[in-house]
Amino acid sequence: MSHIPEDSLDSGAGLPFLQVRNLRVHFPTDDGVVKSVDDLSFSVERGKTLGIVGESGSGKSVTSLSIMGLHKEGAARISGEILLDGRNLVGMDREKVRLLRGKRMAMIFQDPLSAMHPYYTVGAQIVEAYRVHNKVAKQVARKHAIDLLARVGIPNPKSRVDDYPHQFSGGMRQRAMIAMALSCDPELLIADEPTTALDVTVQAQILDLIRDLQQEFDSAVVLITHDLGVVAELADDIMVMYAGRAVEHSTATDIFNSPQHPYTWGLLGSMPRLDRERSERLQPIKGTPPSLINVPDGCPFNPRCAYAGRNGDLSFTERPEFRDIGGGHHIACHLPTEDRHHIWDEEIRPKL
Amino acid sequence: MSTPKPAGELLSVTGLRKHFPIRRGILQRQVGAVQAVDGLTFSVNRGETLSLVGESGCGKTTTGRLLTRLLEPTSGKIVLDGRDISHLSMSAMRPLRCDVQMIFQDPYSSLNPRHTVGTIVGAPFRLQKVRPENGVKRAVQDLLELVGLNPEHYNRYPHEFSGGQRQRIGIARTLALKPKLIVADEPVSALDVSIQAQVVNLLEDLQDEFNLTYVMIAHDLSVVRHVSDRVAVMYLGKIMEIADRTSLYERPMHPYTVALLSAVPVPDTSRRTRRERIRLQGDVPSPINPPVGCRFHTRCWKAQEVCKVEEPALAELAPGHRAACHFPENVGGSV
Amino acid sequence: MPATVIAYIIRRLFAAIVLLFVVSAVTFSIFFVTPKLLGATPETLATRYVGRTSTPDTIRATAEKLGFYDPVVVQYWNWVKGIFVGADYDYGPAVEHCPAPCLGYSFRTNQPVWPDLLDRIPVTLSLAVGAAVLWLLAGLAVGTLSALRKGTIFDRVAMGVSLAGVSLPIFFTGLLSLSVFSYNLGWTAVGGAYTPFLENPGEWAYNLLLPWITLALLFSAQYARLTRAGMLETMNEDFIRTARAKGLPERTVVVRHGLRGALTPILTIFGLDVGLLLGGAILTESAFSLQGLGKYAIEGILNYDLPKVMGVTILAAFFVVVANLIVDLLYAVVDPRVRK
Repeated sequence: MSHIPEDSLDSGAGLPFLQVRNLRVHFPTDDGVVKSVDDLSFSVERGKTLGIVGESGSGKSVTSLSIMGLHKEGAARISGEILLDGRNLVGMDREKVRLLRGKRMAMIFQDPLSAMHPYYTVGAQIVEAYRVHNKVAKQVARKHAIDLLARVGIPNPKSRVDDYPHQFSGGMRQRAMIAMALSCDPELLIADEPTTALDVTVQAQILDLIRDLQQEFDSAVVLITHDLGVVAELADDIMVMYAGRAVEHSTATDIFNSPQHPYTWGLLGSMPRLDRERSERLQPIKGTPPSLINVPDGCPFNPRCAYAGRNGDLSFTERPEFRDIGGGHHIACHLPTEDRHHIWDEEIRPKL
Repeated sequence: MSTPKPAGELLSVTGLRKHFPIRRGILQRQVGAVQAVDGLTFSVNRGETLSLVGESGCGKTTTGRLLTRLLEPTSGKIVLDGRDISHLSMSAMRPLRCDVQMIFQDPYSSLNPRHTVGTIVGAPFRLQKVRPENGVKRAVQDLLELVGLNPEHYNRYPHEFSGGQRQRIGIARTLALKPKLIVADEPVSALDVSIQAQVVNLLEDLQDEFNLTYVMIAHDLSVVRHVSDRVAVMYLGKIMEIADRTSLYERPMHPYTVALLSAVPVPDTSRRTRRERIRLQGDVPSPINPPVGCRFHTRCWKAQEVCKVEEPALAELAPGHRAACHFPENVGGSV
Repeated sequence: MPATVIAYIIRRLFAAIVLLFVVSAVTFSIFFVTPKLLGATPETLATRYVGRTSTPDTIRATAEKLGFYDPVVVQYWNWVKGIFVGADYDYGPAVEHCPAPCLGYSFRTNQPVWPDLLDRIPVTLSLAVGAAVLWLLAGLAVGTLSALRKGTIFDRVAMGVSLAGVSLPIFFTGLLSLSVFSYNLGWTAVGGAYTPFLENPGEWAYNLLLPWITLALLFSAQYARLTRAGMLETMNEDFIRTARAKGLPERTVVVRHGLRGALTPILTIFGLDVGLLLGGAILTESAFSLQGLGKYAIEGILNYDLPKVMGVTILAAFFVVVANLIVDLLYAVVDPRVRK
């Protein structure tokens, strides 16, 4: 069953490059089934950036690994559809998915030090990525690697191409990772916490770089992060995830200016902000994220939600539908519209 | 019950240095040193929070380890509550461990997985041979309650708790001996946003209740602004700027501070286009051969010839506001 | 080659030399000082050279000439000197020159030890290297497959068999395989024969096949377990995920990225094992009656022939130290981070 009409999120013309429909990723374990992603739908167009925000265990990284087909064979039960340029990756022959990986979709990881092989030079790793999908001579690939390193802003690329990852600084390594991901001109780029391991000044450089490259390559970008500040820098649309589901999805402007889901309010209230007067006290979300084996009945957020009691027992018994509340703004919450507007205007916004 | 705030200095640090020797060659002779901390001078008053911020390699973590005397300084002086602890031996330092405690970044690796929560939180009593009035168990349960954990979880093991709860266990352990000074090394950076706020609030509540003094080591400038009374910005082992919170965030003087603040992403899309950004080029240089003159000159957009040769002093440019720069910003008090 | 690498090599070489001296001193003490502590006099030691029937005077004279009355340090010095410049042994009527490297004379045969050792090195070397190649290939293959199929029947059987392989002693597997494959089936050579490689490589391999397999079985079991553990760890590394994300074929991911990463610790142990084996695979050589260093050592031990034992021990120590040195240097080749 689908909660989202298929055309709801892509109002623009043309088919979105990536469409995810009713994706479920479940991991059977000895303790029970871990429902890491449960009925998730979204899409990203070429040239656009979707930010996926959530805390650990929200399912954001599992989603990205599913799109890339990187889950171990047999370990995950995946259902639903992942359409890459119209072709469904779920259930596709693994060898066919492999040929798409790195070529039409590529990924950047959080920690560039552990994500690169310590025993091979940076150049060799980029050359390898290029030559899997392009039958060219080593020298041609090497030239390409040097060009890429230059493009991502690495000084002296001709000599740095022969350095090992440990000889690069953290920021340089992440640039090299990006060069590797871009080696085959992918149309979809997934960046999983690309700046979390970096210092703040370097983070700013890398975010600039991703933005520039996206404009140049016109690729679809999925940016996964826990940091609302980082998505605000890059994302056109933002999807907030909680316990394996989307709880709110809209344009970035909407998410920051008129968020409608109590969990999004909670995230905004939890973080101290440099762009506001210093508040005396942060407004944390109470409790801790739920176990993905025993997701709470009703709204998964109800044990931590300050407004769960306002809907009779609806929040505790019935799963809220993820629905359009106007203008493509989707939320999964039982609160009546007026209540939501009232709470946001009167209680939440003044405290942020 | 809150104790009256006794004013005055609790910790005073003068000219603190820590160089880690680098040995090379056949005879492993010392060929240089990582100048992790290179001449810090600051003080912390009772009941206040001083934060050390900076990027990786700036020496903030080493400073924390020097203050708690997990490391021995190469030179300089650390005076805690009137007593010089700079070169105390391990055994002489032991009784002072009651007064200085540390909270660690990673709530997963800093708790022994084979010990129960009761054993972990009660360890300081045993190690210092302190007998609480109503017995150790009671004292531990009080502590657990204080940090917002269920006292009945006394016999559970760390793996049964979430990251935020573990950090609370770590805090309970820290508080056991009522320390005068708590050094917290990135206490919330490993936690999820919603949990971060809980722990930040807890640390603030505990400070109010027990008049605790914190030295916070952090890289997140937003969190630092929220928790600190005063902030010291470090770069390559030196303090670039130190001031009270409001002054530092509203009128940053050192270009490095300005750049750091402008690099922080803000959850507001409208700022994306509006904001005047300062983008630093390149990475932090190596602390083995830090730049001569002002250490920041290689990345500074205001750098002049003088910056390459002469190291600027950390001078008081406004009351309580010191910066080490030849061409500081926001000076003249007109902002 | 950068200066740091040269410095690294020189430091390792220097350490190896020091280590050899320490080992030789310890070995020397064990064989020449311990008997003394247990009550042996210079005379009883000399008796071993000249036989029980000699008169006390002859014995005393021999002990004198062999330097048994000297302080231990002097004896050690003379012994070391013998290795480097040779030594002269004065047996009364004749003075025999023992050229460098002189490891003394056998009590029993009165033959110098070193030429004997030289004769036997090729046998042990052939045995050890052949077996090492076999067990490394088998161990890596089985271990890798086990890791990739963790929890499957293949994994369980392989690990069960390898547990048995580690537990079963050589003299059991050796004699059993000898009786089945050689005596009953006649597929392989019966023990005892050795043909130098240069004479007839085919024969060489044919004769050694069974000892190789027996020895390799023992080691490959251990290597399969090591490889499995290493691969399980490496295949969970982030860089493996990156390799897959690039779209590399799984085989490349496993071999070029996984195995390469897991190889380093195995290399260390491999070097030590080969070094040790070069000092004599005592059980295998005995089981298959190969005239190698191990067999030689056993003869020495059974006959209380100290110079023989001492000679093999010091040679074994030398091999271990050299193997260790090679491993250290290989480390710098395998892991670029060591070269810093």
